[in-house]
Amino acid sequence: MTDASETRAAAGARPLWQVVLIRPEAMTLALLLGAFVVATRLSPFFADATFILESATFYVEYAIVALVLTLVIVSGEIDLSGAAMMAASACVFGALHQAGLPIGLGVAGAVAAGALMGAFNGVLVLVFGLPSIIVTIGTLTLYRGLAQVLAGDRSIGGFPGWFVGIDWRVWLGVPLPVILFVAVAAGLAVFLGMTATGRQIHQIGTSPEAARHAGIRVRRIKMGLFVGMGVASAAAGLLTASRLASVRYDLATGAELQMVLMVMLGGTYIFGGRGTILGTFLAAWLLVIIATGMTVANVPITSQLIVMGLLLIVSIIATNAIYARTQR
Amino acid sequence: MLRTTLAAALVAGAAAAQDDPVQIVYIPKNTGNPYFDSLVAGFEDACAEIGCEFSQAAPATAEATSQIPFVTAQIQRGVDVIAISPNSPDALNQVFDRARQRGIVVLAVNGDIVGSEEHRDAAILPVDFTKTGPGQVELLGSMIDYEGQIAILSATTDAPDQNTWIRDMEATLAEDERYAGMELVATVYGDDEPQKSTTEAEALLQTYPDLRGIISPTTVGVAAAAQVIQSAGVAEEVKLTGLGTPNQMRPFIQDGTVEAVQLWSPYNEGWLASHFAVGLVRGEIANEVGETFEVPNLGTITIGEMNVINTQAELTTFDASNIDEYDF
Repeated sequence: MTDASETRAAAGARPLWQVVLIRPEAMTLALLLGAFVVATRLSPFFADATFILESATFYVEYAIVALVLTLVIVSGEIDLSGAAMMAASACVFGALHQAGLPIGLGVAGAVAAGALMGAFNGVLVLVFGLPSIIVTIGTLTLYRGLAQVLAGDRSIGGFPGWFVGIDWRVWLGVPLPVILFVAVAAGLAVFLGMTATGRQIHQIGTSPEAARHAGIRVRRIKMGLFVGMGVASAAAGLLTASRLASVRYDLATGAELQMVLMVMLGGTYIFGGRGTILGTFLAAWLLVIIATGMTVANVPITSQLIVMGLLLIVSIIATNAIYARTQR
Repeated sequence: MLRTTLAAALVAGAAAAQDDPVQIVYIPKNTGNPYFDSLVAGFEDACAEIGCEFSQAAPATAEATSQIPFVTAQIQRGVDVIAISPNSPDALNQVFDRARQRGIVVLAVNGDIVGSEEHRDAAILPVDFTKTGPGQVELLGSMIDYEGQIAILSATTDAPDQNTWIRDMEATLAEDERYAGMELVATVYGDDEPQKSTTEAEALLQTYPDLRGIISPTTVGVAAAAQVIQSAGVAEEVKLTGLGTPNQMRPFIQDGTVEAVQLWSPYNEGWLASHFAVGLVRGEIANEVGETFEVPNLGTITIGEMNVINTQAELTTFDASNIDEYDF
């Protein structure tokens, strides 16, 4: 008890530069800048904005889901079924298109399917009181299976030209999926950082009991976040469908780990209560820089995986250390 | 510093466009697949001889979209030729188009993008693939006196070549009276992963106690199945054949677990692809159906229908009598 109050007193006395600099996001930003310099040195072909933005279109699909996942993790839950919901929604879209429905209805169907799958996760967690990590490990298999039932082992394509190739469409030199990612990040940053609901999400993650006593509608907010995960996953799945001009049940296989990686690298505390959209936003770019930097330098994939793994471990240790230092 | 790097890249790019050696990159399906090492050796030896610059880059998994970032990175590197063993018949179409718009020659090597041929320049295939399925059925049939239950252990459910061969095998079994006594009871997929292939092969032996033979038209699958048959000690009861490399299959053929497997020489594919690519880039070979050109050690090669080039006419059968003559 004395320990805690001492720490708190020390934390209160911290100079401003420490408050600003000793934050997980500062670490992510430092890594991002470091990675950029290293990538530039690794290959003369790297430092080209068009190329980096073009490559970013592969990763922003996962990053958009990771942004919403940040909210879920801050609220003290987790959702590992994002990638499977991407695939299932995209396959719903493909199946509706194959059935002869117009693209608009297909898109609406995919988004509705995403919302439904998210709500199903929410019901299992909130109504039945099951741990979200177990629930979403289960539903990630279920939703992937659903995608396979819809699409079978083949790919569904033949979408009209205007729907295909969203990653080729640029505005002021920036591909549309990247613009969408930046817009979603800005919107969610305002939501989490500046609104009452955003503050409540933090409170729920810090202490659900206290939040409930304070009159916060914990279940309603969490339900909204799970549904939001589903909708974001559906949007990401549609972006993939447009980029590849086809959908398959195994689309985004293993991407759930990349999504969690982005949130963790961004300094969100895995046990909830702390984390920012800015962190995840920076971490997504960090991954883009690292992955494209190494790929364009022909670094063997085995070394790439080692770098990614080390980075994740370093970031988790650093995040924990920083949070331990600034009281908790 | 960024500016100097960019300037250096521009200078390098301009120089490469004039009279530098032809730059070829090869993207195999995934890393850790010994089959492709031999193909790479063919590229390397040819480039050492005729003066092209060779590099390779491979994704970690053979999943449908895993090669896309690698193709994008090679476009950025400004290579002249992208040779690739595609993981999907259609997911790469968009990125191939992008490469070809930048004047890069795209060659499908060792497997074609069936149904999407207009998205690549030419395909270098090992043998006339229409003979592969029937050839494998005949080889297994001769081992089991054309009687009993057989099963197929394939790669991924989406592997374009394997699916073509499996269709041919099914057609051969159904239509040719000679194979009326053979019954195909199951087709299973090991995803070209040793562990999954092993599990699937074990499951086949469990599920079908009367199984007489297995065809595994993939190098990873046939090696895994041989291991399973060896451990279970059922080499007399269950005959195995498939497409396997001599180095991988040598111990099983020498100890009698497997009588014979078939394959072509992947080395020759790399050798042929390099010669063809350099001839094409230098304008010495026209990429037209019916065009012929000379390749040292392989003789006169003809560009066939759909710009498909076969490296050799028939499959080579490896058994105890000749397997020691091959090293790949």
